[in-house]
Amino acid sequence: MKTRRTKTQAGKRKPSAVRARSAAKAAPKARPHPATPELKERDFIAAAAHVLGLVIEPAWKPAIEASFAITLRLAASFMDFPLPDEAEPAPVFAA
Amino acid sequence: METAWAQASEIAAAVREGRASASDVVTAALARIGQRNPALNAFTAVLGERAVAKAASIDKAPANARAALPLAGVPFAVKNLFDIAGMSTRAGSKINRERAPATRDAAVVSRLETAGAVLVGALNMGEYAYDFTGENVHDGPCRNPHDVSRMSGGSSSGSGAAVAGGLVPLALGSDTNGSIRVPASFCGIFGLKPTYGRLSRARSFPFVASLDHVGPMARSTRDLALAYDAMQGHDPDDPVCADRPIEAVTPLIDRGIAGLGIAVAGGYFRIGAYPQAQTALARVAAALGAEAEIELPEPERARAAAYVITASEGAALHLDRLRTRARDFDPAVRDRLIAGAMIPAPLVAKAQKFRRWYRARVLELFARVDVVLAPVTPCTAPRIGQTTFRFGGIEIPLRANIGVYTQPISFIGLPVVAVPVPLTPLPIGVQIIAAPWREDIALRVARTLEQMGIAAAPRPALQAQD
Repeated sequence: MKTRRTKTQAGKRKPSAVRARSAAKAAPKARPHPATPELKERDFIAAAAHVLGLVIEPAWKPAIEASFAITLRLAASFMDFPLPDEAEPAPVFAA
Repeated sequence: METAWAQASEIAAAVREGRASASDVVTAALARIGQRNPALNAFTAVLGERAVAKAASIDKAPANARAALPLAGVPFAVKNLFDIAGMSTRAGSKINRERAPATRDAAVVSRLETAGAVLVGALNMGEYAYDFTGENVHDGPCRNPHDVSRMSGGSSSGSGAAVAGGLVPLALGSDTNGSIRVPASFCGIFGLKPTYGRLSRARSFPFVASLDHVGPMARSTRDLALAYDAMQGHDPDDPVCADRPIEAVTPLIDRGIAGLGIAVAGGYFRIGAYPQAQTALARVAAALGAEAEIELPEPERARAAAYVITASEGAALHLDRLRTRARDFDPAVRDRLIAGAMIPAPLVAKAQKFRRWYRARVLELFARVDVVLAPVTPCTAPRIGQTTFRFGGIEIPLRANIGVYTQPISFIGLPVVAVPVPLTPLPIGVQIIAAPWREDIALRVARTLEQMGIAAAPRPALQAQD
């Protein structure tokens, strides 16, 4: 786990939350997207910025990449938490 | 009467009984703001003319009408994300200053004024409420009255500093992940984050719709209760505001804690807490006889899910501004929002699924206990400009992580009173957490701690110099 986190912080590993590689392993017959094996978090950020119409100045990149990496790391902590398909989301929470 | 450190309840009683005039009280508050605000930077707008006129109208009212006002003549101020008629609602930003002036006051502002309170100004806050520090690149940092070199906490920074500094006895804040409770802890005052959906958010600038709450901050439990009661009630202008009857708590706060089951949150809520946070929690627990420890289910995952939902929903709210005005944001806010805009949708969907699971498990705990105690912040107020702090043996970003103990609670909308424990040299808060819709229980426990002398808003040296 420590090794995984270190790699995430360094931005050198594939996005764990997307889990493209593990999904490909689980379903070997599925054909991975050609870009997936090379996709890095910073490439994803650049592509997402393009899709979303956001302009990222060079000086902003380190902080954005760091924030994105933290978000993915935190998300990984609940993405592997088992919940049934029938579990209802709570987009508008009611206490 | 001397109002510099008077509680709202004391001021209101004096005005109702004719021992003080609302005009004198408000004039004195405006003078204190003028004197102390330069050191604290709590106010971003002072509404002298409006406040004096409102106070005069209270003084001119028939005595029987004035006697019915629970907050007669009480000066209050609001985080500048609440609409104030005639002003642009800046929400701590540069961009929003270009908005058209609000045509009406926020719903909770109107309700407090209906109860006799007098709005005297708008308060500094972290940009767009995405902040725990109280630092604002546009308006300057809000400063802690107990040590002006330290943070007030945020994002309701001005609300914390204005009340703790004695500028006003009552303020309103908002709390998405801890933004009432964190400044209450750092500044040493009481704060109430009610149940999600309890108080109307109508005509306040949003941050994360599914997590946003509003609530009062004050120097006593009674003042929290008075303000909270005045603001209760369904409001169709806020689709989240619950259609429930008003459940007044002011008559209940002196009922004590007999029969209440009180436990201390263990595990996650112990990790990383500095000695001051542990001392404050231990004092509160000992005073209440809370010996049992209880484990909330998966609080670390809950915090992570709250973080992801916040980043995603907050980014969606601001996407157009990020496209067109990115340079006009506070960089610390902008960079996190841009990163939030890129979160893949399945992560957010899973976070929302987890949220319902977590809520169900936590509510099961409230079948066994009535109250859970937890720290508000891991540490006392950091120095202004500090960007990281040690937590659990690791140096981590401060702005994003001061709310580690508050986020798992607001994530499912539980009511919380943050009570100040007056440690030296700096105070720190403890969360009194109750089941949904049981603000009365949290306030009873807070009031008991106040009567025992365990919880109190310490008067800062800034005050003593007056």
